[in-house]
Amino acid sequence: MLHSIWLVIAAPLAGVLLNGLLGRHLGRAFVGLVGVGSVGVSFVVGALALIELGALPAAERSIGVGMWDWITIGSLQVGMTLRADALSLWMVLVVSGVSLLIHLYSVGYMGHEDERMFARFFAYLNLFVASMLLLVLADNYLLLYAGWELVGVCSYLLIGFWFHKGDEEQAPVVLVDGSQVAVPPNLNPPDSGKKAFIVTRFGDFGFALGVFLIWSTFGTLNFTDVFAAAPQVPTATITAITLLLFMGAIGKSAQLPLSVWLPDAMAGPTPVSALIHAATMVTAGVYMVARNHVLYDLAPTSSLVVAIVGAVTALYAATIALVQVDLKRVLAYSTISQLGYMFLAVGVGAYAAGMFHLTTHAFFKALLFLAAGSVMHALHDVIDIRRMGGLRRKMPVTWLTFLVGALALAGFPLTAGFFSKDEILLKAFEFSPWLWAVGLLTALVTALYTFRALIVAFWGQPRDWPLYEKAHESPPIMTAPLAILAILALLGGLLGLPIVFGVPNWLSEWLAPIFAAHAPAEKHMLSVTTEWLLLGISAAVALVGIALAYWLYAQRGDITARLTVTLRPIFVLLINKYYLDDIYNAVFARGGQRLAALLAQGLDKAAIDGIVDGGARLFVRGGAWLTQFEDGHIPHYALGMFVGALVLVAYLVLR
Amino acid sequence: MQDVPTTWFLLLGAILFTIGAVGVLVRRNILVMLMCIELMMNAVNLTFVALGRELGSLTGQVVVFFTIVVAAVEVTVGLAILIELNRLYQTADVDEVAGLKG
Repeated sequence: MLHSIWLVIAAPLAGVLLNGLLGRHLGRAFVGLVGVGSVGVSFVVGALALIELGALPAAERSIGVGMWDWITIGSLQVGMTLRADALSLWMVLVVSGVSLLIHLYSVGYMGHEDERMFARFFAYLNLFVASMLLLVLADNYLLLYAGWELVGVCSYLLIGFWFHKGDEEQAPVVLVDGSQVAVPPNLNPPDSGKKAFIVTRFGDFGFALGVFLIWSTFGTLNFTDVFAAAPQVPTATITAITLLLFMGAIGKSAQLPLSVWLPDAMAGPTPVSALIHAATMVTAGVYMVARNHVLYDLAPTSSLVVAIVGAVTALYAATIALVQVDLKRVLAYSTISQLGYMFLAVGVGAYAAGMFHLTTHAFFKALLFLAAGSVMHALHDVIDIRRMGGLRRKMPVTWLTFLVGALALAGFPLTAGFFSKDEILLKAFEFSPWLWAVGLLTALVTALYTFRALIVAFWGQPRDWPLYEKAHESPPIMTAPLAILAILALLGGLLGLPIVFGVPNWLSEWLAPIFAAHAPAEKHMLSVTTEWLLLGISAAVALVGIALAYWLYAQRGDITARLTVTLRPIFVLLINKYYLDDIYNAVFARGGQRLAALLAQGLDKAAIDGIVDGGARLFVRGGAWLTQFEDGHIPHYALGMFVGALVLVAYLVLR
Repeated sequence: MQDVPTTWFLLLGAILFTIGAVGVLVRRNILVMLMCIELMMNAVNLTFVALGRELGSLTGQVVVFFTIVVAAVEVTVGLAILIELNRLYQTADVDEVAGLKG
């Protein structure tokens, strides 16, 4: 299976062709079967390849599978080559596994769409899976970049999937003192898609420059060759390359300052939010940094930038999630925040910890999104948590699975999120207690906002009775993936138990051939006592956060209400997302629009159209003027001929 | 015959050509215009043979034979057009026939 690893890309691609070209004639059942089945093939092939790779000696666990020469221009040779190693195959497994469950869920969730939209949805979704797998399996920077852009296109297509929908106004928040706080409206799907595409483009611009710089420095784009030659290259160049590549990651993984597109990406169907904007695509940036860990290890400045951006983003997004009224947006900000954790991990050199959190996050965040989608499905697309409440009685499976996801996200002891987050905090503490402190504060806020959303939506009494009466549990095709993901979110921690537990950390050992060769990962500076202490602090913080949320939102809602009035300026700041969107609108969007209007009116309409239209007008008018000589009188024509002949003769004679 | 200088033939040719050209321009009757064209052609033919004799070359005479054949064809077509025009407009006056305009 290792040498036919291309099958994992080919299978979903075949699904794209089948569903995209013929889907609307095939009926929902067949389209669903093709969509789910093709990803299933990817998953099975990926799993078999992983097992096969595991049977090889650790030093040989890297297989290049060349298919054909893609580009050959002079000395630039780019092959259509895939690399199957511990890191890429692990990503293949995570991506195809989560995709498989989400595809299955989508069969139920998208069941109300007409057949054309249904087939189109699965074609897009399969195209995404194929692109994402190309991204993770790529053996050179150009192929990685191709996959990187392809997932961006799929993201754009799927965010704008319901292209007929408009902006969604949000009811203002009414405080206890009677005053109102306006909530910014949810951007419409087509504009959200464009926003996502354009904002990430800023990062991709840097990424492309990084690839160019790699080419001009190393003369090759193959990972293996670049990594082998990297130690001989001056640190300044490596720092420039890694920072430029990180720009791409900032865009794709929605870190500060390019984080604004991800919350609006929630305009897409919920399975898309779960798959692309939580579990897989947005983690591409983390994967990219981990893949290039050789370069980042050589550039401490870049790594520090990565870690700081990650830590600041984690806290920034978590605070916004605290006040959002839209369930999906709470989860979107939470995704940004958790991605910040992952960047904190890879920034401090804990690549295995970053990949571990990437994996567990894929489980519990996909779970949370799918559960939120199940709620939307039941409430006919209502997503405002202020209209929910008490849903646990109507939707027991959704409630339980959401609870599991929330526990994992909040880092409740022994869940998957607890272990992965703790490992990151541990490594951050080794690196710098300051980053650890920011991470710990974020963990507290995370527990708080997660359980705020959970309590407001599922606990207490219904706030909107007519809506509540209509609510119903989702069909088994939707709840089954929820259950599977819930199990993964609970037990995913077993993949990487802390070393102090005295058991092997499986994931970190699996990835060791990739990371250990370069990173001094096993230096283990902290004493066992410190590790236990840090573990205890993380657990305590999670529990305190959850308890605080219960106290604030379930029991003493009056205190929360009065607190909101007292802290009104902060509340307004948070609900407006630190005004980052407004700043970008004022500075870049309006400026850009004004420049575009100026160019359209001044340059295009006046100058360019003037030349083209002027040319046309010259011939129309000239032709009209000339037709008056064509009066139909033969003697006049004859005269013209004679005069012409005379002129010719005169020219020949007098020349 | 040998005493007639070539210049005279050329002069006669030029005069005949001018008469023909002016005739095409000023006359209104299509039949007359065709005759004038014929006159111009023969003026050219005369010039050809005169120069051929002067230069001692047969080429001038050969070209004239070609011209005569072409002229015969041209007249045929011209007369056919004339007949059709006459049928359409019941006139041979070119001023009446001014349909060919932009």
